[in-house]
Amino acid sequence: MNINTIAFIILALGAIATGILTITRRSPVASAMWLITHFFTLSGLYLTLKAQFVAVIQILVYAGAIMVLVVFVIMLLNLGKDSERSATFDIRKAIGIFVVFAFAIMLGSVFITQHSGYSALNESAGKIGTVESIGTVLFKDYIFPFEAISLLLLAAVVGAVILAKRRINP
Amino acid sequence: MNLQSIPLEWYLGLSAMLFSLGVVGVLTRRNAIVIFMSIEMMLNAVNLTLVAFSSYLGDSAGQIFVFFVMAVAAAEAAVGLAIVLALFRNKQTVFVDEVNVMKW
Repeated sequence: MNINTIAFIILALGAIATGILTITRRSPVASAMWLITHFFTLSGLYLTLKAQFVAVIQILVYAGAIMVLVVFVIMLLNLGKDSERSATFDIRKAIGIFVVFAFAIMLGSVFITQHSGYSALNESAGKIGTVESIGTVLFKDYIFPFEAISLLLLAAVVGAVILAKRRINP
Repeated sequence: MNLQSIPLEWYLGLSAMLFSLGVVGVLTRRNAIVIFMSIEMMLNAVNLTLVAFSSYLGDSAGQIFVFFVMAVAAAEAAVGLAIVLALFRNKQTVFVDEVNVMKW
């Protein structure tokens, strides 16, 4: 057991635990706080994969920008705890959870039985995860998708403003 | 198997578990914002798969894809939360089972 394996196990258990807490908390603010912790553990997992750029962007974009937006909306709407009605037993809900667990077990058994042959990080993994390497590839080979994504973000901003603005003449 | 390093399957199995957690969240919760956060969790599980493959295969395309997935997630967050705001303004609720105007 070297330090990488220990770090992976701790971060993986943390990610699963915070994920379960996110989907089970009654209060949406508590859910959001656990989801932020979840994003931090994922950022640590990216660091064990030597992907520094993605790890930093994960905290900046997800924990920093998206979750601030979510918490802002929760507080703007002044949401309290979910009503108790959601705790009632529901046959469709039970079937849904059962199907999801069957799916997870199926997927997990495929990964355990089919060995990919990749048992260690590629030698160049430390080099491709840097900002320099990602920037070079992004602005050379993926320049058109990069420009297209800016158009998508512009469309999203315009759409969000139009959806959320108050109607002047109702 | 080399015990000194982590095999790729561990990352894939972990991300399968996280994705399933996100699906359970979408299926069981009624609050639109919590459903929304579960979708973010599913997107992150897929991102973990992409980064794992990128690092184990030594190909940077996977990390570029993560960048684009994050941009799409940010766009989705802006539009989705605007829809929740508009919904709350019209219906005074964020519980998805109380919103059935589009259901025939």
